[in-house]
Amino acid sequence: MYVATKGGETAIANAHALMAEDRRGDPKVQEIGAEQIREQLSLGVDRVMAEGSLYDPDLAALALKQARGDQVEAIFLLRAYRTTLPRFGYSEPVDTAAMHVHRRISATFKDVPGGQILGPTFDYTHRVIEPVTAAEEAPRSPEPLPYPLPRVAGVLGREGLLEDTPTACEEAITDLTREPLRFPADRAARLQVLARGDEGFLLGMGYSTQRGYGRSHPFAGEIRMGDVAVEFVAPELGFAIDLGDITLTECDMVNQFKGSKTEPPQFTRGYGLVFGFGERKAMAMALVDRAMRAEELGEEVTAPAQDIEFVLYHADNVEASGFVQHLKLPHHVDFQSELTLIRAMRTEQEALKEAAE
Amino acid sequence: MNDAAYNFGYLDEQTKRMIRRSILKAVAIPGYQVPFGSREMPLPYGWGTGGIQVTAAIIGIGDVLKVIDQGADDTTNAVSIRRFFSRMCGMATTEKTAEASIIQTRHRIPERPLSEGQILVYQVPIPEPLRWLEPRESETRKMHALREYGVMHVKLYEDIATKGKVATAYDYPVLVNGRYIMRPSPIPKFDTPKMHRNAALQLFGAGREKRIYAVPPHTDVVPLDFEDHPFAVETWDRPCALCGAGNTFLDEIVVNDRGGRLFVCSDTDYCNERQEAGHRGDGGAGLEAAE
Repeated sequence: MYVATKGGETAIANAHALMAEDRRGDPKVQEIGAEQIREQLSLGVDRVMAEGSLYDPDLAALALKQARGDQVEAIFLLRAYRTTLPRFGYSEPVDTAAMHVHRRISATFKDVPGGQILGPTFDYTHRVIEPVTAAEEAPRSPEPLPYPLPRVAGVLGREGLLEDTPTACEEAITDLTREPLRFPADRAARLQVLARGDEGFLLGMGYSTQRGYGRSHPFAGEIRMGDVAVEFVAPELGFAIDLGDITLTECDMVNQFKGSKTEPPQFTRGYGLVFGFGERKAMAMALVDRAMRAEELGEEVTAPAQDIEFVLYHADNVEASGFVQHLKLPHHVDFQSELTLIRAMRTEQEALKEAAE
Repeated sequence: MNDAAYNFGYLDEQTKRMIRRSILKAVAIPGYQVPFGSREMPLPYGWGTGGIQVTAAIIGIGDVLKVIDQGADDTTNAVSIRRFFSRMCGMATTEKTAEASIIQTRHRIPERPLSEGQILVYQVPIPEPLRWLEPRESETRKMHALREYGVMHVKLYEDIATKGKVATAYDYPVLVNGRYIMRPSPIPKFDTPKMHRNAALQLFGAGREKRIYAVPPHTDVVPLDFEDHPFAVETWDRPCALCGAGNTFLDEIVVNDRGGRLFVCSDTDYCNERQEAGHRGDGGAGLEAAE
């Protein structure tokens, strides 16, 4: 009876075996391969890469399979693998202006130089469940998409109506996968947390700013999704070499700003960037980024999304998932201490009551 | 024995060196929380990733590792962590406190006094003792720097004023080396006095919160209290039902649906050693049955 409350090697081994069986499901149904996941559940793969902060569609697909489709678990698997990779350097900043665009839209202008390009979006589908039909042949654009596609921000920027893009950072940028988060956290560090942050959390936080908790009057200035080249300068070569392309989604959110003593009224910006096709996340990220700039822009900090420590400490789903679920580990020693304390306090209270009577 | 694809101790050597530097700083400033570049480990946050990283950074092939959770070597998470190190390092493990060179623990300090040369690695969920009083890290770091600990004494005083005693049963705040207030991790109050001038090196790892702190051997660790309300530990009105020890922390095991309970040592190694030496409890002869 006593031993039964304590676990053991056998229990763990059995749990692993049961999990493997459940993962396979009914053996009469054909097993899926990681390639199928990578090709046919690609948005799920994209999210795992984005929050796992490792761009590797094959591994992300394999992680999703191993995690039985659980995104946060797959993200965790990718992160734990990522830790073990040696760091041999940092790439050059990617140039999203030079993106080979698959999709680019702006909500602030009816038309923009280069045109509105819908690309592969769910946006105007009717959400009716139907057997997924075989892929129709994709329509070909009559002429090749313009390249490079000018940025929408440039239109406003020329009039001085939009704040400038931050210039290249002189100091070394914090790498939050190597160093702990410190406060005050600069924007580069904050954007790193958001880029790795949980989509659901950021969505809720971003949404709250639209409902009045830190309202910032946002407009989707530009959303673009496509491929960019990653370049790396090897010290022994002295020039940049192309490592390959990655797919990114970028959101440039334009927000109102009343102006201050030194700055004329102008539009300010919130920024979102994620691996893969992750528009919901990129937009939410841009809203939260802008909300966290409240103090910098002289706005009153009142809402949760504007509270930098609150947002940054709670955005990571690997941390949150672990700590919330650690409550299922045994806590009987702490609980015993509390029991002893509560019993003692009750006894004292009873004694006082009796004495009073 | 160890997985060839991974480095000894899972982490790469650069990372282990970074962690050891943080540990050295922590040892040099007892009780001070050193921020470190905590890594994602293959075990979840909250499962002891801080302790695992500290252990991974200090362990060598000649070490003998003991892992306990709630005082026991055979609780599932202790088994899992011990297996992780066997797999990644291939060093020896033990369940005997006396034989271990490194003891990783969650929520307990072994009953048997530790000796010089042993290292006790604690898994820490929330390292900041002022956290429930001030949620902001930027503020609490300032409070530590300025030694602005008034709020903690006020909190303890308010407990006494409203409840008659300090209502903290575990993770009881302590003052280390007369300077920093520190969280001892969620060990019961019962274990707090064992930290004081302990011969072993005590290391604390908080993975999710990315902090390492330490209590060097023979360092003062004093629970916060008041002269007229001195710190006191939990007591039980009976000895261990298995080994008869009357001076240990007891787990309360519910043995039937009528509220029958058995009280036994939480430290399984200590209890086993006593039983092997011939000590016997009453086996729960006086099983308490609530009506």
